[in-house]
Amino acid sequence: MIDRRMRGWLHAWLLLLPAMALLALFTHWPAVATLVDSFYSTPRARRPSVFVGPDNYHQMLADPIFWQALTNNLWFALGTIPTSIALALLMAMWVNDRFPGRTFVRMAFFTPTVLPMIAVANIWLFFYTPQIGLLEQVRGAFGARAHNWLGSQDTALAAVTVVAGWKDAGFFMIFYLAALQAIPPNLAEAATLEGASRWHFFRRVQFPLLMPTTLFVLVNAVINAFRMVDHIFVLTRGGPDNATTLLLFHIYMVGFSFWDTGYAAALTVVLLVSLALLALIQYGVLERRIHYR
Amino acid sequence: MKRRQFIKGSALAAGSMIAMPAILRAQAATEFSFFFPVAVGGPITKLIDKFAQDFEAETPGMKVKPIYAGTYQETIVKALTAHKAGAAPATSVLLSTDMFTMIDEGAVVPIDEFIKTDEDKKWLQSFFPAFMLNSQTGGKTWGIPFQRSTVVLYWNKDLFKEAGLDPDKAPNTWAEQVEFAQKLTKRDGAGNVTQWGLQVPSSGFPYWLFQGFSTQAGAILANQDGNKTAYDAPGVIEALEYWVDLAHKHKVHPTGVVEWGTTPRAFFDGKCAMMWTTTGNLTNVRTNAKFPFGVAMLPAGKRRGSPTGGGNFYISSKAPRAQQEAAFQFARWITSAERAAQWCVDTGYVAVRPDSFDTPILKKYTDGFPQALVARDQLPHAVAELSTYDNQRVTKALNDGLQAALTGTKQPAQALKDAQVEADRLLKPYQRT
Repeated sequence: MIDRRMRGWLHAWLLLLPAMALLALFTHWPAVATLVDSFYSTPRARRPSVFVGPDNYHQMLADPIFWQALTNNLWFALGTIPTSIALALLMAMWVNDRFPGRTFVRMAFFTPTVLPMIAVANIWLFFYTPQIGLLEQVRGAFGARAHNWLGSQDTALAAVTVVAGWKDAGFFMIFYLAALQAIPPNLAEAATLEGASRWHFFRRVQFPLLMPTTLFVLVNAVINAFRMVDHIFVLTRGGPDNATTLLLFHIYMVGFSFWDTGYAAALTVVLLVSLALLALIQYGVLERRIHYR
Repeated sequence: MKRRQFIKGSALAAGSMIAMPAILRAQAATEFSFFFPVAVGGPITKLIDKFAQDFEAETPGMKVKPIYAGTYQETIVKALTAHKAGAAPATSVLLSTDMFTMIDEGAVVPIDEFIKTDEDKKWLQSFFPAFMLNSQTGGKTWGIPFQRSTVVLYWNKDLFKEAGLDPDKAPNTWAEQVEFAQKLTKRDGAGNVTQWGLQVPSSGFPYWLFQGFSTQAGAILANQDGNKTAYDAPGVIEALEYWVDLAHKHKVHPTGVVEWGTTPRAFFDGKCAMMWTTTGNLTNVRTNAKFPFGVAMLPAGKRRGSPTGGGNFYISSKAPRAQQEAAFQFARWITSAERAAQWCVDTGYVAVRPDSFDTPILKKYTDGFPQALVARDQLPHAVAELSTYDNQRVTKALNDGLQAALTGTKQPAQALKDAQVEADRLLKPYQRT
């Protein structure tokens, strides 16, 4: 009897082992190592690393680029998260209906997700280019004044935010579409019989049933808002004068351009902790209000 | 005790993957790997593969393994990560400006260690002095010039003719540059510019093109020891004011930051009549410009001037001695007059030594395409590309200041003063030694 239970346990652990080993090796161990390293100075050939306590964190408080990156990132998150989710929902509602050319529209919406971000950024780079860019040509046709979208501090951040929102929306649409199709059709029939308007049906039936998906998408959107920086390398490289420097981009620069690995570790810890907190809040607060079927 | 870096988790994984072949190869002493910065496959990788094969054929018992490592930035990341993991490729081509970074990390050995015969000495003397500025410090040579470039002015001859200018004469001075650009700037009825007189890119690495202006104003941005900058010297401020004025006062240059990557496109489409960009764009312009174009030295302020740029060979300090020797032989072999000439013709980089220009292959090329000679003729006026200890960070301080001034959020003098304060702070540890 005990033998069989033991064997069951062993079985379960053995099955879990590969995934756990990978997680520990590539996620948990680096995270802990990063935390430890954030309390040491950056090793150089002539000056080995020493324990410096919270010095790297003091440096962060005094680093104006860190604060700017943080502010930029908050605006970036505020710009991408609600728009990409709203857009995704809207697109999913549309392509959930039957109409001619539906497959084509679905594919069109999903294309941005399939394309690599670097390729996307290169397309948008020319899209934004003054004079020859598509955007400028369209605006020019309406007699608008030429504008250097990526090259001025007022618009650069907004310009890179739009690219990210556009890229995200198609991906989230897929989840919404799947969730919409899982809603039993008899609910719609019942609503029609009761004479509910389409808006009422959406607000009272569809949207509540989509809440688990919305939570999932929201968590992903928040992570993406702090993770998506590929396009920054192509579009602006953080410029003009750090106007589009996001947190992760700043970490990359500090870590792999400046080779100040100790300070980069401290920055990484801050990013990790804030993301973990955000996820906890999202699950803690929203989960209670979600109706799982 | 060895300290861990924050990247250790990923570095160890990536590093051991990169390093493993090197370790295995270490048993065959004369086989070595070579990191080369190419982002994608294509003609350049074929050229390098061919060089590697020829080298193996000519020097029996040696095997070169070129590893294409991405952009310059990705290549140095890989090279340094491999170095920190304990086994680096014997040689890498990295930016010449990374010299101080590589020294600081203890990742390179001086080339002087391998110079033994008179012939070796002659070879080391054979490069353009301008290219050695970024390859030597503290009385030692750390890099071997390989794919080097400089900034030149390209102009559209058709648009010059249209504006009533001599299509065969580029601006020679700062004053002429403004005057020509004014004639070349066109506006439509609503006052929108349809054609700019001049475009000087300022995205990503504005310091490089700015060094054209600052050198012409008679200023030098950093000392040869790489531990002191002069970002707020009067000449530097004057240079930045000139650049800002082109856009804001004379209105012949776009305002804000001008993208590096799209500037050639604007030139091809006739949206700008003159542009400053690298000689590395020569082949690109030759292929894509549907109009006759000229290439000229940058116009002179107090003097002529342009920075050099591009990549050098470095030899790793962590590679076994035999591999280092082999890598040195390879670098020496590939920078012979003929092969430097071949490389120049195939890629558009400037041949790194004067005698290359006397070789039949390069003579034939420049006879049909004299624009390729401009870069060489400008080299006597060239200065070292801005490079210091903690290079990327010290350079970024200047980049931020330049972009702030160009976008109009700071006055040039203020922007440069702020940049200098930051650079001083960063370089302080290196001034004590």
